[in-house]
Amino acid sequence: MEKQFLIAGFGGQGVLLIGQLIAKAAMREEYEVSWMPSYGPEMRGGEANCAVVISDEEIGSPLVTEPPVLVAMNRPSLAKFMPKMAPGGILLYNASLIEDVELRDDVTVIPVPCNQIAEELGNQRTANMVMLGAVLGATQFVSADSLKETLREWLGEKRAAMLDINWQAIERGQALNA
Amino acid sequence: MKGNEAIAEAAIQAGCRFFFGYPITPQNQIPEYMSKRMPQVGGCFLQSESEVAAINMVYGAGGAGARVMTSSSSPGISLKQEGISYIVGAEVPCVIVNMVRGGPGLGSIQPAQSDYYQSTRGGGHGDYRMPVLAPGSVQEAVTLTQDAFDLADRYRTPVMVLGDGLIGQMMEPVDMEQASNRQPAADLQEKTWAATGHKPTQEAPRAIINSLYIDPVVLEQHCMKLQAKYDAIEAAECRWQEEMVDDAEIVIVAYGTTARIARSAMRKCREKGIKVGMIRPITLWPFPNAAIRATLKTAKKFLCVEMSTGQMVDDVRLAVEGQRPVEFYGRTGGMVPTVGEIVEKLEGMAGEPSAVEQLINQTTAALDQAATAAQETFAGFGSKIDAKVNDPAFIEKTEAFKQKTGELADKAFDGLAKGATLLGEIGSKAFGALSDLIGGNKNQNNNKEGNE
Repeated sequence: MEKQFLIAGFGGQGVLLIGQLIAKAAMREEYEVSWMPSYGPEMRGGEANCAVVISDEEIGSPLVTEPPVLVAMNRPSLAKFMPKMAPGGILLYNASLIEDVELRDDVTVIPVPCNQIAEELGNQRTANMVMLGAVLGATQFVSADSLKETLREWLGEKRAAMLDINWQAIERGQALNA
Repeated sequence: MKGNEAIAEAAIQAGCRFFFGYPITPQNQIPEYMSKRMPQVGGCFLQSESEVAAINMVYGAGGAGARVMTSSSSPGISLKQEGISYIVGAEVPCVIVNMVRGGPGLGSIQPAQSDYYQSTRGGGHGDYRMPVLAPGSVQEAVTLTQDAFDLADRYRTPVMVLGDGLIGQMMEPVDMEQASNRQPAADLQEKTWAATGHKPTQEAPRAIINSLYIDPVVLEQHCMKLQAKYDAIEAAECRWQEEMVDDAEIVIVAYGTTARIARSAMRKCREKGIKVGMIRPITLWPFPNAAIRATLKTAKKFLCVEMSTGQMVDDVRLAVEGQRPVEFYGRTGGMVPTVGEIVEKLEGMAGEPSAVEQLINQTTAALDQAATAAQETFAGFGSKIDAKVNDPAFIEKTEAFKQKTGELADKAFDGLAKGATLLGEIGSKAFGALSDLIGGNKNQNNNKEGNE
């Protein structure tokens, strides 16, 4: 079993964090994991992406060149990576920022209104958590409990109060295609 | 942990207390981490004014016997080469990390393996070698960084840890338990050679850290001593990893990040029934020649994969000694080869036999064809002969021929006998006539005399 994810968007959208939480949650379930960020001269507002591989055996390439699961948080990312997707893959895109776009018909398409749901929850910064929830719902890469524990650990004691709002966002995302 | 952070923490756990460096992508997390951790453990972090300054600070701290490290990426490592050569000459232990990026020149900041020649051939001037360790994962980067300090102290030599942007930037789970508070290897001697301050009362000679030998006789002796050290390193410190080589018909040779990508390609090929194995050199110098030669039992071809235009492939060819074709696949300039590209290359190699094999196949086919044709012809002859021999008409003719030849032979023999007798008669007659002729002449002569 090997699952590959490519998560892409603007810097500042929490793209790298989505990937890290996927990797950390899978590590909690004793999978082999790797997380590889794009690194370059781009800073905040520029393009950011990361590749996550989770596997039950030693991971070969940590790069994801033909993503079976693509998360596109903005339009440029969708344009860049959708053509590279493996046929039959799962495409999750941020429907709040991406409208009127031609999508491939040989992949499963899941529109996720990340910013809209985050706004409903009263915290725009949880948009990436909505997407993380949608990834969980669509791929079941770990149990919801593992993800929640991972999130709790990541927030730590100082930000423990943030767990509820973030978990609500994840649940809303998960409900979209559970 | 990120690869760069893991390397920095591993160094600290191995007793590294001095770090001198100058920033460059993609290794900046190493000095960043060191700047935070060194003060916590009572060590020294110093961002120097240049790479040249940093490596000479390493020279100084190492010469005083401390465990010391510097790190950089390709262009910065080029700047450090003069210092590395001096450190080799003075036999000072230290660890140098190179997170290789695309070159030449300032190049790119993306991962590459194009510093292979520079690292394994001695990037600075003079007659020297340097152990080069190439981690294939973040966990291995931890182990090799710590081993590098032991190697450096054991042989009094700089040791290079050669990674690339991918190893440095990638985050993987790391088990630091074993690496934590790692003690120097048990065989390491006290550094009595180190320049730690001479006391006038001391009987021991002054410790001198120097790489200048004006007298060529003395320098030659020094170089021979270094060479003996390199021979010992080659004999004792070579490391590699073998995967699925027992029945491999195609053997991949790849190191570092590229070996991971090649591993995925190898697995895909195995699923398709192509017998692919891999040798991953962990020490690039000393190079695992024997391990590569051992695969000649089953290997028909070799494929060297690198993030360069082909550098390690030279060493693979030297190891194989021309006994098998060695092909190459690589991307360079910061581009990373994909699993698909390597699989395609391997499929091509598996499908199409080598030039020698093609020649052998063609020759064998031609020989087979000739043999079949000859067999058919002979079979045809055989049956024809059989049919002829057993044909009653033929038998009759043969018998008749035999009889006839018998009669003829008798007649011929008779004829010959008669001829012989006849010849004999003619001969004697001729002899008689000759004698008469000679006798007649004599008489004539006598007659002349008588006439006078």
